[in-house]
Amino acid sequence: MAASMVSQAALRGLQLSSSKHLFLDKFKGSRLSSRRWLNLQEYQSKRLMEQSGVAVQRFYVADTASEALEAAKRLNAKEIVLKAQILAGGRGKGVFDSGLKGGVHLTKDPTVVGDLAKKMLGFNLSTKQTPKEGVKVKTVMVAEALDISRETYFAILMDRSCNGPVMVGSPQGGMDIEEVAASTPELIFKEVIDIFEGVREDQALRMASNLGFKGPLERQAADQIKKLYDLFLKVDATQVEVNPLGETPEGQVVCFDAKISFDDNAEFRQKAVFAMDDMSESDPTESEAAKWDLKYIGLDGNIACFVNGAGLAMATCDIIDLHGGKPANFLDLGGGVQERQVYEAFKLLTADPKVSSHFLFILLSFIPTEEQLPSPLPFACCSQRR
Amino acid sequence: GTFHSQQSLDYGSQLVGGVSPGKGGKSHLGLPVFNSVKEAREGTGAHATVIYVPPPFAAAAIIEAIDAEMPLVVCITEGIPQQDMVRVKHRLMRQGTTRLIGPNCPGVINPGECKIGIMPGHIHKKGRIGIVSRSGTLTYEAVHQTTQVGLGQSLCIGIGGDPFNGTDFIDCLEVFLRDPKTEGIILIGEIGGDAEEKAADYLKQHNSGASAKPVVSFIAGLTAPPGRRMGHAGAIIAGGKGGAMEKIAALQAAGVAVSMSPAQLGSTMFKEFEKRKMLLGSDCEFAHVPKAKQQQQHQHLPQSFCPIVTFWFVRAL
Repeated sequence: MAASMVSQAALRGLQLSSSKHLFLDKFKGSRLSSRRWLNLQEYQSKRLMEQSGVAVQRFYVADTASEALEAAKRLNAKEIVLKAQILAGGRGKGVFDSGLKGGVHLTKDPTVVGDLAKKMLGFNLSTKQTPKEGVKVKTVMVAEALDISRETYFAILMDRSCNGPVMVGSPQGGMDIEEVAASTPELIFKEVIDIFEGVREDQALRMASNLGFKGPLERQAADQIKKLYDLFLKVDATQVEVNPLGETPEGQVVCFDAKISFDDNAEFRQKAVFAMDDMSESDPTESEAAKWDLKYIGLDGNIACFVNGAGLAMATCDIIDLHGGKPANFLDLGGGVQERQVYEAFKLLTADPKVSSHFLFILLSFIPTEEQLPSPLPFACCSQRR
Repeated sequence: GTFHSQQSLDYGSQLVGGVSPGKGGKSHLGLPVFNSVKEAREGTGAHATVIYVPPPFAAAAIIEAIDAEMPLVVCITEGIPQQDMVRVKHRLMRQGTTRLIGPNCPGVINPGECKIGIMPGHIHKKGRIGIVSRSGTLTYEAVHQTTQVGLGQSLCIGIGGDPFNGTDFIDCLEVFLRDPKTEGIILIGEIGGDAEEKAADYLKQHNSGASAKPVVSFIAGLTAPPGRRMGHAGAIIAGGKGGAMEKIAALQAAGVAVSMSPAQLGSTMFKEFEKRKMLLGSDCEFAHVPKAKQQQQHQHLPQSFCPIVTFWFVRAL
């Protein structure tokens, strides 16, 4: 039926351009330079954590060099860390087009903070995870630098096999947790949390102890763990990962970095969090699609896909690939799609310069006419009235 | 809700009433409306309920149905927050009366007899293949293809695309393996989680040897980029886990015929039937079907899946 038409269209797409069969590498999940898939800047995540009573380094954000200088003075800290705020990782080793090397700097002198900020703000920072031309830095974070005497790993996530929230921790922090799990699995500790009970006192203390926090630090860590769980629930997170959850020589337990993944389904009740969503580093087509509530993901190929149903949309990309073609995108219009959304989706796909042929694979309650969806490109269409 | 309920009625499902708080006593589509699921169950003797309630209120609707001890709850709604479903699951696992199918699923259909959900009835044909799937529209491919090759479907269950749901592959495989009317199984999976791997293990243990029923599968998302949510909340490859290759390998190791193309589900099943000489009209029609299988115990659900159903809809304010 329709699926065989997909293979025909794939062949047609193939005839229009030569393309190699594409195999994607297995995702290794390395933490050392992992990309933030969420669209929150570091300072926004840390602000959320601060609001939930989680211990983070004291910080201010600045949009200008003079603000950065003021912030550095206000901090009144022994040492200051200045961090460019971009979504991509690898900032430490990045390069600015102002000539400044490194997106993260330590200094004891507030004046230096001001000078460095001048070479960061308004300039592009390129790292291993940014596009070649880099990303423009509009904000910097000016934070109190703290020494870390010990690093641990701690995360809370919604786990399918446990049917709910799970805490995962390891005294081996600051490194790739997948490696730890592979080489020293006895250093990974898990606690299953009852969604109605929350984190029990004994669970928090046990996890703190397993993470290697001793004496008064054990109590402190247990407290931080509970607060992180509160945050996890409050913002409808699917995962909160703190790496490292560190110990300072002065005896403080501090979250030095965190990645929070949010449940898209909860957007209707997390308006404040989703309002912080920074789309500036996203693919412009994906941002436009998000405006119209379209589930769109850009891919590398030249055959546009226009599908109703997530599984079918994935399968459409799969079958194009199977026959030697390359899908230009994943698009799930969804069951409740309205006429306007269909039109906007088609506009988006037609505007994609990579696209040399269209594939329409759609189950709709109405079938668009050629006038409604004008296209100079060939397209195959399969549709079925509801 | 209204559109699909009318479709269900047209299909012949025994829809007996609706629930809309505040509208009790009224009627819709010629059927009585009640204020709550409990009242509806008492008023009609319904065995099942289907939920079309929008995401902010859907979990509460499921809980209400569980409280009313409704034996079968089918939740079509897509977009329920994961935290809400975790709470629902917590409740479900501590009781034994209600089975939830979904959420974010097209529903369940016993072709020719009863349709609970949004699937297009006319592509189905009463027959011999049990279909279980995480994807809605991709299921219709399997249905259409099995109809085309003449095998038809015994029961089609959409378990939905969410990470936390009421019924998983194993629950459905258990039913299919025990049902004498289900002679072949199609399992449609996708990236994310490990439900397919667990299903493969189950099949290894319970569906092997001479009396094993043929199982055909397709896993969507082989070309999905990692870390991105591919439409369904549950379709995401994260931390190196949940990829399609691992699922395919696990299923193949369990003797499942995995099709690399969604266009070949029907033909692959047909070939499996041919191999086992299970095609009707062939000389060895039933000789190769062990007597034991014909006398197997079966669960009530698939045999006479024609429950009396209530439908639930929320009117626009």
